[in-house]
Amino acid sequence: MLNTVEPNAEVPPRVGPIRVLIAKPGLDGHDRGAKVMARALRDAGMEVIYTGLFQTPEMIARAALDEDVDVIGLSILSGAHRALFPRIFQELRAAGLDDVLVVAGGTIPDEDVAALKEIGVAAVFGPGTPIETAVRFIRENAPNRSTV
Amino acid sequence: MNDRSTVLQQLIEQFERGERRALARLLSLVENEHPVGLSAMAALYRRTGHAEVVGVTGPPGAGKSTLTNALIRAWRTRGRSVGVLAVDPSSSLTGGATLGDRIRMLENWADDRVYIRSMATRGQMGGLSTAVGASIHLLDAFGFDTVCVETVGVGQDEVDIAEVADTVLLLQVPGLGDSIQTIKAGILEIADILVVNKADAAGAAEVVRDLRNMLRLGEQRAWVPPIVETVATEFTGIDNLVSQIERHQAFLSASGEGAARLARRLRAEVARLARRQLTAHIDAVIASNAVDETLIQLETREIDPLSAARIVARIAADRLSESASVAG
Repeated sequence: MLNTVEPNAEVPPRVGPIRVLIAKPGLDGHDRGAKVMARALRDAGMEVIYTGLFQTPEMIARAALDEDVDVIGLSILSGAHRALFPRIFQELRAAGLDDVLVVAGGTIPDEDVAALKEIGVAAVFGPGTPIETAVRFIRENAPNRSTV
Repeated sequence: MNDRSTVLQQLIEQFERGERRALARLLSLVENEHPVGLSAMAALYRRTGHAEVVGVTGPPGAGKSTLTNALIRAWRTRGRSVGVLAVDPSSSLTGGATLGDRIRMLENWADDRVYIRSMATRGQMGGLSTAVGASIHLLDAFGFDTVCVETVGVGQDEVDIAEVADTVLLLQVPGLGDSIQTIKAGILEIADILVVNKADAAGAAEVVRDLRNMLRLGEQRAWVPPIVETVATEFTGIDNLVSQIERHQAFLSASGEGAARLARRLRAEVARLARRQLTAHIDAVIASNAVDETLIQLETREIDPLSAARIVARIAADRLSESASVAG
């Protein structure tokens, strides 16, 4: 039956906007950075799903799965990144989301960056990073998922 | 067999097994009008026709997302699975969007029988996105009992929701104007149920009174939209609202109005898609050198603009019928 439904090669694939989930894992209540980032990515033409404060690793993975995002931006200022990030990646892998680009921002000490990259964080944008740097990184590194 | 066919078959099999990831991927591929998405829709459409589709519309800040969250809880209590499409506007300047409805619907995040998807309008006017129709079909085919579509915050004239929903809830809140607003044409005409949200706020009684008077002024119809007062943040009035939705669904099937609406909707959907197909081909023809000769004739005033347009439309229609026969 399915053989009759051949994809029509005549029509070129239309590439949609990059979809980004902006989430704040953990318990700190400071979401200004996350909102600034959400706004900047919106202005860069991306579709930003903003889920706000106090997200558990499970909630982040579920939102990323349901929203089929290309990128997850995690903002964290509580210092709990070493505990939370491995759990987030564990949940993402369990959901089959290995191809999602994960970036982080917030107060993450330089000495922790290598360890975060080790577990899969593609980039860490610390305090003072120009917004454009983060936007450009996301635009250049978001997986192109229309190439099926 | 090429890679694309393999991906397509895998996605369809995973979708039919009920895998969320396949649903999420296909929603994107359909939204992006990717060939794999369009072919998957062709294969999966036969599974549709079981979901009740409920639309939630109203002005910005009326509480559409919060009400949807409350409705999800009420439907789940009744054992119904729920798929939600929450639409927010795309920027007309950059094409970007902030999709912030999900944040109000986090209560049921762990429930496997609830699926929430945020969508941007991507340039479509009317309160929805072009892909909403197809996305509803996918959620329906996936097996959700209820598909709930939340429009962007609307003004007076965004009535597209009536073209996709069985039951349209129109939210009103106190403080947005006097009774003259209720006798204007437009969005009030498409409401199946009038919801006065924030019913604990000052002025709510006046809103209810104005709506009631508006309904009295109208001609007698088989279905008179009930007015339901809610405080969505406190789940007040939600059970009554769900009962009214059920009553409306029962009316649709008992009166034959449901079948009539479905026929109108299918006709409208086909018209919309056909226009879109034709427009895409016209754009392609215009961008190609197939029109060079026609444009020269236009420049030298051998033909007039309307004649040139008809030639372009003819070429586009020919190409469309060629591609349709290839696809079929």
